[in-house]
Amino acid sequence: MKPVDAVVVGSGVVGSIMSMELANAGLKVLCLERGRMIDPQTDFAKPYVHDELKYDRHSDIFQDLSRETITFRNKTSETALPMRELGSFKPGEMVGGTAAHWGGNARRFLPHDFEIRSKVIERYGAGFIPEDCTIQDWGVNWDDVEPYYDMFEHIYGVHGKAGNLNGEIQPGGNPHEGPRSREYPNPPTKRTPQGEVFAQATAELGYAPFQGPGAGMTQDYQNLYKLMLLECHRGGFCSSHVCAQGAKANPLSAVLPALYKQQNFELRPLCNVIKVNTDSTGKQATGVTYIDARGRMVEQPANIVVLATYCFNNTRLLLLSGIGRPYDPQTGRGVVGRNYSYQTGGRVFAFFDDREFNPFIGGGMVNTSIDDLNGDVIDRSKLGFVGGAYISSPNSGASPIKSKPLPHGTPRWGSEWKKAVAHNYRRVVGIHIHGSCMSYKQHYLDLDPTYKDANGLPLLRMTFDWHENERKMLAWMYERCIDIAKAMKPSRYHAHAIPTKYSIVPYQSTHNCGGAVMGTDPSTSVVNKYLQSWDVPNLFVVGGSAFPQNAAQGPTETIGMLACWAADNIKETYVKRPGPMM
Amino acid sequence: MPNSLHAYRFLTEPEVRFLDAAVARLIPSDELGPGAKEAGVTVYIDGQLASVWGVHGRNYRQGPWLDGTPQQGFQSRMTPQEIYRVGIQEINAHCRAKYERPFDQLQPERQDELLKTLEKGEVELPSLSSKLFFDLLWRNTEEGFFADPLYGGNQDKVGWRLIGFPGVPSGTYKDHLDKPELYRAEPVSILDIQTGKAQVDAQGFAKHVMLKPEGGK
Repeated sequence: MKPVDAVVVGSGVVGSIMSMELANAGLKVLCLERGRMIDPQTDFAKPYVHDELKYDRHSDIFQDLSRETITFRNKTSETALPMRELGSFKPGEMVGGTAAHWGGNARRFLPHDFEIRSKVIERYGAGFIPEDCTIQDWGVNWDDVEPYYDMFEHIYGVHGKAGNLNGEIQPGGNPHEGPRSREYPNPPTKRTPQGEVFAQATAELGYAPFQGPGAGMTQDYQNLYKLMLLECHRGGFCSSHVCAQGAKANPLSAVLPALYKQQNFELRPLCNVIKVNTDSTGKQATGVTYIDARGRMVEQPANIVVLATYCFNNTRLLLLSGIGRPYDPQTGRGVVGRNYSYQTGGRVFAFFDDREFNPFIGGGMVNTSIDDLNGDVIDRSKLGFVGGAYISSPNSGASPIKSKPLPHGTPRWGSEWKKAVAHNYRRVVGIHIHGSCMSYKQHYLDLDPTYKDANGLPLLRMTFDWHENERKMLAWMYERCIDIAKAMKPSRYHAHAIPTKYSIVPYQSTHNCGGAVMGTDPSTSVVNKYLQSWDVPNLFVVGGSAFPQNAAQGPTETIGMLACWAADNIKETYVKRPGPMM
Repeated sequence: MPNSLHAYRFLTEPEVRFLDAAVARLIPSDELGPGAKEAGVTVYIDGQLASVWGVHGRNYRQGPWLDGTPQQGFQSRMTPQEIYRVGIQEINAHCRAKYERPFDQLQPERQDELLKTLEKGEVELPSLSSKLFFDLLWRNTEEGFFADPLYGGNQDKVGWRLIGFPGVPSGTYKDHLDKPELYRAEPVSILDIQTGKAQVDAQGFAKHVMLKPEGGK
């Protein structure tokens, strides 16, 4: 194959933006995608997109586990077994990647999140961090990342109301957000009646409710790449689905159509990269090897290699390529696979016998939120946990198979169940906890010794469980949410139980993070603050894999921000002077 | 009756009788409206079993096969086709041994009792966990009752009527987002649109026919 300037592995939120930015800088860019080509106009045409069974239960846009999955165990003393069907999370497999079917919540992390270890020690002392907790600073601070959050928001047409404009608190926004340099590109969503119930209850309790930011257009919007995104009709079917209206920003609507017009860009779908190749010194990447649709093994030379795949695959490709020292949980040494983390969540439901709503009207990004319990807003010294959560009341468009919360004590089936379903579907206000997840010495990713993918290569193995710190945090968040539920004065309410063990069975979130984390010290990170491999300077590993731990806000906006940040540093610094960036 | 008009792709006659009887207990026909049997859930399950999902075509299916912990999820080497085929045979054999007749010929109260013991995993079947069978049956029953009628269940959109879900969204939803007035419409399915029984607007959203508010509510 003819050499290219840059090969980008994956065409999702990271791969599309990095390809676009590097192509704009004049580089010859090849993007390799394991999934199939997508034409949103025909692949996701109305009315067929409004099919809950097809997309939520049997989706052919999620990873095909018959070819590749992960194995999982709660702890090292167990034998990891393959995730045979999708449950806890839903990585994508097509042009556009996982972000094609995201819900559209687009939230920035807090400044605190990027320097969490230093800030926690500064305020509470080093003893406050659990002994096995391996959280670390990201190596970047708010001033570094703010312009790139801003850039991503202008690619994805994010809607919202600023709560902090250049240090000045603004009414109606999130007062706890980091200072932003300008307003959101689009105005916030309107507030639903359920959101109003939540807003009144939280305001009564002294919190500051705001409309959550997201990427479902609140008006027709021309983005940074001169693409038109159309106003959202609030018909639901967002998460797990691809928007037929092009109203949800994702790689297919907000980036790829502009990229296809670039002469110096090529996208090759159905090409599954299995290895990053290096020269005899092991210090320089020479390109990648992939298996094409016909099953041929192809070597693709490139000057720059960008791994832009899902958290799992970025880590697995490094392990399969022998780049970076694999993490060993016994000694704590090694970096690849270290600091795997996830996202905590919880649900409280309030039921109103005397009120009905229109729960099917909404979108994945329509919600009313509070951020008062997140980051370091509240003194944690007496609470005894690291981390936080945002609380929201979402109206994502209640689809009938999966979105029918029922009061506790309702039978699971039969006439009483049917009565309860009929009565409650339109009478619920949900209160959701969306919380951080710290990283720990014993939670990591490595290669499975037994199970193989369809190409005979070892599967990635996940060892993960909920830590006492997260359970403690959730217990406290649940108490706050129950206070909020009570303030709504519902007929009844209930809270989900806090799981004692992490299970890969129920859907939780596609927010898997870490494994190839960024940082300032090569002994505790895979990539430097520019997402550049410490070992192989012409290799960049970008995505959720770079999060040293996960913050409360969903990861997508920060993943997009990291793509903008890494691309800009490659363009402005690396291309001019290839080599390790300091 | 919808079922009399249907030919089955996967299910055998005794399996159809079993499923018609079982889903009628899981979601019964009552004063609130038709149940799962009338909604065509057996037809739905037949279609699912004949699909890629029926053989777990997108699942990881390589060994070694170990039971694992509950947190590690589904580890059975059986496909849905096998779980239904073997499960129904073995449950009917259990019923014959205990009550001298197959499941579908038991009294409804006895059927409920048996479904509850299956749900708890208390019936010892030779080849599979009775809980595994029940959980799959309930999952598919709920899906069939609420999925788009194009899959053979939820006929006449009875599941959607029960809860007030209007189906394929209307292009006017954005104007109702912040309004407290109740939106009540005759549900529209993908099947309705594709067979010309419902209209769409210029952008392809469903045109809803609004229902009058119920008197006295």
